[in-house]
Amino acid sequence: MNDKKSARVVVVTSGKGGVGKTTSTAALGAALAHQGEKVVVIDFDVGLRNLDLVLGAERRVVFDLINVIHGVAKLPQALIRDKRLENLYLLPASQTRDKDALTEDGVAKVIAELRSKFDWIVCDSPAGIERGATLAMRHADAAIIVTNPEVSSVRDSDRIIGLLDSKTEKAERGECVDKHLLITRYNPWRAARGEMLSIDDVLEILSIPLLGIIPESEDVLRASNVGSPVTLNSPLSAPARAYFEATRRLKGETIPIKIPSESRGIFNKLFGRKAA
Amino acid sequence: MRLFNLFRRGSAPIARERLQILLAHERNAVHQPDLLGILREEILELISRHVSFDPDKVQIKMDRGKSVSTLAVDIEIPNSHGAPVMVSQTARPAPNRRRKRAVPEIDQRVA
Repeated sequence: MNDKKSARVVVVTSGKGGVGKTTSTAALGAALAHQGEKVVVIDFDVGLRNLDLVLGAERRVVFDLINVIHGVAKLPQALIRDKRLENLYLLPASQTRDKDALTEDGVAKVIAELRSKFDWIVCDSPAGIERGATLAMRHADAAIIVTNPEVSSVRDSDRIIGLLDSKTEKAERGECVDKHLLITRYNPWRAARGEMLSIDDVLEILSIPLLGIIPESEDVLRASNVGSPVTLNSPLSAPARAYFEATRRLKGETIPIKIPSESRGIFNKLFGRKAA
Repeated sequence: MRLFNLFRRGSAPIARERLQILLAHERNAVHQPDLLGILREEILELISRHVSFDPDKVQIKMDRGKSVSTLAVDIEIPNSHGAPVMVSQTARPAPNRRRKRAVPEIDQRVA
């Protein structure tokens, strides 16, 4: 492996569970790898790992993050290389119930070792604001806050933004973690009827820059069913294109964000590709 | 819409089968020790009794299947150790090959 790299560490977090952190980690990681970047995605959800399943690597897990931290395995032995994208690696979480197995020093060492070998380290945070979540964000250069346009999700995102500004290494050094808002499960049909918080509402409340809007879609469900990130499984679908654009914004490109509209309602559902 | 439903039915059976295989292995893990893990440890211990090797040069791959799981232990042995013939009986290496591979196939069906 090339040891001259210096990875950018990104945490995918949200506070609330079930908003799409793991799906987004897999989709963004695969999109970055597809664009030629060398990427490792790390599952921090100790005890309830699922990133392996979403990436279709669940049968191949030998060692995990905890094994590496406790010296049972070397880091290269625990990394699982994706079968479709040779630039994409997974560091799985363990299934142990002992959350204290994740130590601050251990995580710091793993991140430091990975930084020299990869372009991007994408940390999939567990839900909540406990140890697992704070350790996942600890070394982040940037954070992607995954939010559904819904009151409890927005409230929890606000909590997480507070943690990013206080509990991270960067914050402790007096610097600021780059924060990006990723709105997932956006349903234009419900938004048009005023049944869902609008993008403007969410942006106004959280006031962090928008990375992308991922429309609610069956392509996302189908992708996790077959164990392949949506950006690989159906790269031309609306959610995949939104994830691809989000990764380009993450890399610093300026691309205008289109709010998915569904003025034609049912008609658009039939021709679902038009959603974004 | 019916066309869409037909399309959707395509991925659910795959999801079901993946989950069945995964959960069978995970439920097993609660009741009995991890067979592949034990084999992995013992294979490495056996080999280290005969030759010393760099732990960094060990690659272990597993694939948990429905009725058969595979374990592949790939160990790089330095040539200075001379004939690596003593290490394994599963495969005879070509004379100039540095790597040895032991691939026991283990049936992990519930006993």
